[in-house]
Amino acid sequence: MATNLLVILPEILLLILAGLILLLDVLYKDRSDSFFSWFTAIGLVLIGLISVFFNYPGDQRQLVWGGMLRVDTAGFVFRLLFVTGAAVTSLFAAKVKAIGNRAVFFALLVISTIGMSFMSSAADLIMLYLAIETTSIPMYILAGFSVKENNSVESGLKYLLFGAMASAVMLYGFSLLYGFSGTTQLYGIVEILQSGAVSLSLQLLILFLVIAGFGFKVSAVPFHFWAPDVYHGSPTPISGYLSTASKAAGFIVLMRFLFSAFSYQQTYWGLLIAIIATVTMFTGNLLALAQKNLKRLFAYSSIAHAGYILIGVAAGNHLGIKASMYYLIAYLFTNLAAFGVISIVERKKGSSEIEAFRGLVKSSPGLAIILLVSLLSLGGIPPFGGFISKVLVFASAAEANLIWLLLVGVLNSIIALYYYLQIIRITFEDTEEIDLIPVSKTWKFALGVCVTGIIVLGVIFTPWLNLVTTASTNLMLLH
Amino acid sequence: MGFPILSVMIFVPFIAGLVILFGTRQKPELSKQVALAASIIVLLMTFALWASYSLDQAGYQFIEYIPWLPDLGIAYHLGVDGLGIAMLVLTGLVVFTGVMVSWNINNRPHEFFAYLMFLATSVLGVFSSQDLFLLFFFLELAVFPKYLMIVIWGSPQTRKYGGMKLTLFLFIGSVIALVGALAIYFAAPERTFNLILLEQAGFSPDVQRLWFPFLFLGFAILGGIFPFHSWAPDGHVAAPTAISMLLAGVEMKVGVFAALRVAIMLLPQGAQYWANWILVLATINVIYGAFIAMIQKDFKYVIGFSSVSHMGLVLIGFASLNADGLMGAGLQMFSHGIMTALFFSIVGMVYDRTHTREIASLGGMVKVMPWAAVGFIIGGLVSMGMPGFSGFVAELPIYLGVWRVAPLVAIISALSIVITAAYILLTVRRVFFGELPENLDPNMPGISIKDKISIGLLSLFMIVIGIFPGLMVPLIESSVNHILTLLGGA
Repeated sequence: MATNLLVILPEILLLILAGLILLLDVLYKDRSDSFFSWFTAIGLVLIGLISVFFNYPGDQRQLVWGGMLRVDTAGFVFRLLFVTGAAVTSLFAAKVKAIGNRAVFFALLVISTIGMSFMSSAADLIMLYLAIETTSIPMYILAGFSVKENNSVESGLKYLLFGAMASAVMLYGFSLLYGFSGTTQLYGIVEILQSGAVSLSLQLLILFLVIAGFGFKVSAVPFHFWAPDVYHGSPTPISGYLSTASKAAGFIVLMRFLFSAFSYQQTYWGLLIAIIATVTMFTGNLLALAQKNLKRLFAYSSIAHAGYILIGVAAGNHLGIKASMYYLIAYLFTNLAAFGVISIVERKKGSSEIEAFRGLVKSSPGLAIILLVSLLSLGGIPPFGGFISKVLVFASAAEANLIWLLLVGVLNSIIALYYYLQIIRITFEDTEEIDLIPVSKTWKFALGVCVTGIIVLGVIFTPWLNLVTTASTNLMLLH
Repeated sequence: MGFPILSVMIFVPFIAGLVILFGTRQKPELSKQVALAASIIVLLMTFALWASYSLDQAGYQFIEYIPWLPDLGIAYHLGVDGLGIAMLVLTGLVVFTGVMVSWNINNRPHEFFAYLMFLATSVLGVFSSQDLFLLFFFLELAVFPKYLMIVIWGSPQTRKYGGMKLTLFLFIGSVIALVGALAIYFAAPERTFNLILLEQAGFSPDVQRLWFPFLFLGFAILGGIFPFHSWAPDGHVAAPTAISMLLAGVEMKVGVFAALRVAIMLLPQGAQYWANWILVLATINVIYGAFIAMIQKDFKYVIGFSSVSHMGLVLIGFASLNADGLMGAGLQMFSHGIMTALFFSIVGMVYDRTHTREIASLGGMVKVMPWAAVGFIIGGLVSMGMPGFSGFVAELPIYLGVWRVAPLVAIISALSIVITAAYILLTVRRVFFGELPENLDPNMPGISIKDKISIGLLSLFMIVIGIFPGLMVPLIESSVNHILTLLGGA
């Protein structure tokens, strides 16, 4: 029992943190306006550290809580990722109108992090579903958190409706899976599917239904329609969180599902994922070209990045999974930095239209350079994390002999560089008026963390790659 | 391992760039001085490398090796051979003169010089890389400095278009090459990006034939190969002077250098298989570039297209795949780099004073800036391949080399000498001689001492190499011998 409790210690602590936030809201009235940001962030970092010291599973794989959870390094890595993402997001939320001083906002953020953390280690259909809902429901509220703004309310509602729909489809897949295999355990289902008790066509149907659900989470085409509106309307820090941590959670679930229950059907889902990846990249990048609003543009770019990450999944080899994981880590820091800058500029200028960023280098050289760093990283330019991530993902496609997919990826990174460069040019243009943008210490710190992450991931590979190597090895092993 | 001279040389500009970008926002003069100091250090270090490279030993020297990502066979692996040394010296010269002629940049100088320094790091890194991954790392590092410098400080009419076109073409080239690189990485018997090991990997003929075009064409796009050359004139014209100098003088060499180092040296059988196709494209480069240069009305476009033409000669030299051709190509890379940097610097000086690049509205500049006129004429003589100048030393072996494999190509491309002479002489006469047009102020300021030093230094190298080719030839020869052994002994 004690060991069983220990493995979910981080989640328990997260729950306590959420409770504390709500409690302090009542007890501690004369707090400064960035108190909750720092409180939440520090709490999350401590929990992250605790999980590093007490929860590192190394090369062990273990099913606990009656097979509900699987403790392995993949879950460990992603939990750290979510905690980091949530901590940075809470710092960016400081001083943002209508959310920065609301305890509920931070409590919901932490609760959705609990859900994600369970998503990354869930090994049972029921647990998986519960974890997904625990993540999603707070996210629906957070997306619509600025109730005085129509955009935000619209975005929350849209996210809820699309999310409910995707959930239902996925649940239908789950129920078929349970109905035909008689078990809800992912690592039990695999044996039944392998024994041939379920016909192939039925398996493919289930696969498709479930992928639809996960595809919604990672905003893969054709399940992406919510993303632009929701990213656009949500409070900017939440858009950042949605596009990074929430996407990563979708990916770990997808990868775990494919490499557990469906690990013997790789030839089928490999092709399916490759096709989805292709469509996703093209849709994201081509539509991004036409955007006039930076948040919308990032929404489409985020769709496109889901496509690049799917290349690694489609390749389905060791390198591919490793690459996808590395990509997700680098992408987290990169996109959070970008949304952070957007959030700060938006607060001052009242707009996230690309036009509002013209001549940013004059108003705030620091912000312009950070935006430059994150755009270059997204474009896959060294010495930033995006470069090695893209090279790894492309390499995995080459190793799997998916040369066509590699070419599609390469072509897309050219298209993407075009619009990233356009934004870079606009932010670095000369302007007459100089409208200084104040950057508070909290934001500086959060941006500093992100930029450090981007550069460290882009220059020092070995420690992180070793970590994701362990994670991917254990993820891909059934027993 | 000893003193890591290559690393120091590569990262001095990078650190200078960071210092300039973050430390000299309010001090424009300081930013220029830091950049100048860094570029002088780099130049002196490249001379030191030149002097201490052991010709007896030949091969790759000044090796530095630090495992970077051992699982995938990626290492921080530096080293240079003779040709690499020549390219580093070229880079040192062009960066130094580029800083000198940019002294009058007064719009956001700290950013300008910082990006210039980053660009220098990228180029020096590519020439020194002995790891394929590292080579791409340095190559792509150049994307944003190039783009930003063109769109911010470039010529207002075309900078958006020219900057984007240039950056995207170069990126397209590098990712095509990346596809080829990944493919041969997985085809090699050992998982490594080590270029020296990959030379010995013994790829099967099928692999070589299939992937050679990706690697070669990808990199050659950076060198301005037809029909992917159009970024070069547009980009060079849109760019500010120092960047035109670096792009045409050095970046195009980066492209052909990588095409040689990676495509031809790793996949020699692929090179032999595709050599005729390269010859065809390169011949078009030479002739077409020269003709187009002749009809340009814009001073800078003349030089832009002349680069396309001259880079074609380098590619012809490569594709002849014999000792003479490769030797000539190596010399031409150096000679053309210096020459085109000189041309672009003079175009910039003329433009700064007259605010026009229309050949028709220029004239009599020799009275205002005799130094520039002399420099331009020396460059012109090099460009025409006049004996006594570096151009002759470089072009003659190329024609000799290609004569032995494809006489027709030699004959056709030799025509370009005549066309080159025509457009260079026409340009010299129209811009520098005749009467000063009335709308130009005859008392316009002459060129500064820094400009004169730049012109003098670049001219000096072209003349010295022309008269004493022995300074450079053994260096290139040591590389050529190595390439010939890879090609199966010739």
